[in-house]
Amino acid sequence: MAMADTNPQGMTVSDEVAIEIKNMNKWYGQFHVLRDIDLTVHRGERIVICGPSGSGKSTLIRCINALEEHQQGSIVVDGTPLSSDLKNIDKIRSEVGMCFQHFNLFPHLTILENCTLAPLWVRKIPKKEAEETAMYFLEKVKIPEQADKYPGQLSGGQQQRVAIARSLCMRPRIMLFDEPTSALDPEMIKEVLDTMIQLAEEGMTMLCVTHEMGFARQVANRVIFMDAGQIVEQNEPEPFFKNPQNDRTKLFLSQILGH
Amino acid sequence: MSDTHAESVAFVRKTEIPPAPPPVTETGAIKWVRENLFSGPFNTIMTLLGLYVVYWLLSGVIPWILNGTWEGSSIRDCREIIGDTGGGCFAVLGERWNQLLFGFEYPSELYWRPTLAFILLFVTVPQVLFISLPRKLLILTGLYPFLAYWLIWGGSILIPFFALVGLVLGYAAFTRAERINFAAGLAAFVVAAVVAWWLGGFLTAAAPNFLALEAVDSRNMGGFMLNLILGIVCVSLSLPLGIVLALGRQSRMPLIKYVCVVFIEFVRGVPLITLLFVANVVLAYFLPPGTNFDLILRVIIMITLFASAYIAEVIRGGLAALPKGQYEAADSLGLDYAQAMRLIILPQALKISIPGIVNVAVGLFKDTTLVSIISMFDLVGMIRGPILSSTDWVGVYWELWAAACVLFFVVCYGISQYSQWLERQLQTDHR
Ligand SMILES: Nc1ncnc2c1ncn2[C@@H]1O[C@H](COP(=O)(O)OP(=O)(O)OP(=O)(O)O)[C@@H](O)[C@H]1O
Ligand SMILES: [Mg+2]
Repeated sequence: MAMADTNPQGMTVSDEVAIEIKNMNKWYGQFHVLRDIDLTVHRGERIVICGPSGSGKSTLIRCINALEEHQQGSIVVDGTPLSSDLKNIDKIRSEVGMCFQHFNLFPHLTILENCTLAPLWVRKIPKKEAEETAMYFLEKVKIPEQADKYPGQLSGGQQQRVAIARSLCMRPRIMLFDEPTSALDPEMIKEVLDTMIQLAEEGMTMLCVTHEMGFARQVANRVIFMDAGQIVEQNEPEPFFKNPQNDRTKLFLSQILGH
Repeated sequence: MSDTHAESVAFVRKTEIPPAPPPVTETGAIKWVRENLFSGPFNTIMTLLGLYVVYWLLSGVIPWILNGTWEGSSIRDCREIIGDTGGGCFAVLGERWNQLLFGFEYPSELYWRPTLAFILLFVTVPQVLFISLPRKLLILTGLYPFLAYWLIWGGSILIPFFALVGLVLGYAAFTRAERINFAAGLAAFVVAAVVAWWLGGFLTAAAPNFLALEAVDSRNMGGFMLNLILGIVCVSLSLPLGIVLALGRQSRMPLIKYVCVVFIEFVRGVPLITLLFVANVVLAYFLPPGTNFDLILRVIIMITLFASAYIAEVIRGGLAALPKGQYEAADSLGLDYAQAMRLIILPQALKISIPGIVNVAVGLFKDTTLVSIISMFDLVGMIRGPILSSTDWVGVYWELWAAACVLFFVVCYGISQYSQWLERQLQTDHR
């Protein structure tokens, strides 16, 4: 596989390894969800993961911040090995931000409180500083005026942007996205993607599970195709879309791009 | 309105036309009655039947109240005054009011003490109940139980003082040692608290009369006061215990999980009254002879255990109702278990559980009357025992039981209204 040092937009990728997954396997009972996953993500890389439903995309990225346990192989995030040691898990989780399909904002807290909670309690940052950081990132995702509202009062797109801001407030070095736009109406998808593109341009290391192929073309420097728990094919976006090698990839792409 | 504008218009009305009333048959009351009560033959019959039932009830109750007497010092006096007007003998309430409230053995010159404790309840508890008040006032709430104990039971202030000191020191030790791990924290808590209590015991024994109020024995507590003490103490203790049990039941550690499950299922499977008998009789066999393990304390323990099992199940329902995403979001932000529970999960789960918790609390408060069966003289015990069996008031059932109902109803209805208000306050999800 060719590793580009820059992608079409000129965003740089360093040699430093951010995530290293080696020979990872995971089972749900008898069901073998992830098979022999090998994946190295460099700092600054933006990876899009796609594949048919049930292929294990969510499970893969949820293993990276230990929301799911893996049974075999190793995962090293930012130099910290993911073991059953709770200290390591907490450390990794506070370095890795995650956005979910259904936002998962805390409905009993205001937008600002959602954003300051983890910095206050995990990073033990003073309240004033945490609020300033929160406002900075809320401005970045373009909804500072909603700070005192509750999540239930916001549109889906706004909620997802708050969720991104909430993760960014922890100043993560890696961001994971699990289908961040697939619960949204088309007109809201754009505002969330714009936020993600902006993030990518600033050099954030990102792993996105998404079917937004336009996004993949624009920002990804690698697209990974998964099927039946395996990484079937990975390549830079241009060759990946123009000239897929594997039959399953071809089928998937024809289905998703075909109509 | 500007002058130029006024000149350009031929006529401007300076006063507002009063709205004309609609025709009588279309106005509020009559229209409403026609549409809701007499809209068809069936509806009309039901309305008339309903009216008859209301009339029948009122025709019994109103003369009973209006012709009743508040004068007299025995049922014979009442009978003379009432004659055969069907009035009630409310004199018993005036005559025995203090007994209904405080029991018949609490020294009457000390009634001010439980009364003061009751009033202070309303000064110190709102900090917990009304979330908008400043958090600092919570210190008052924390002091209240110790103050109330001192007021109601009397004795040297050193007893509640050292009890408090033990807890505070224990907590301080806990926060220090918790950095190592939770078990170390608990151990530190126990050691610090026990040492403080032990030393406090010496000091109290050395100065038993330091700031001492006249002591009142637990046996002398009674009346509605006893119901309130049991109700308030047991609800406040069973809520945290219930939370712990509910979380324990969800635990991944099998030992903790099964201890909680067995406890909850056992306690829910036996009647409260049997637990009270156990508290009353059986516990005495297991304790070394000569130990004086306060009966009220035993009863409080039993009722608390009983209620906490129910509250645990209610809270488990609340926990189960939370979407899994909330746990995952908390985890993914790096919050540890205690933080995730305290900041994210419990606030939401408890909010969902409010109606159920209030249900348990109200039921528990009413169940405190069961202690009358193990010969404690709570409100019901007082009425059944000393009052109704006294020669003066034998046979004054209706008035006494009605009074008991009113007292309980006022408290329970208050709790219910408060909980509805609280639910509205916490309504932030705008669903
Ligand atoms: N908790 C679980 N227990 C058992 N099986 C599970 C569990 N979670 C997921 N699976 C199974 O694992 C497989 C992979 O699930 P995963 O959620 O990773 O798929 P996905 O690629 O994200 O699909 P989608 O595009 O629908 O989100 C699926 O077949 C699913 O049924
Ligand atoms: Mg998925």
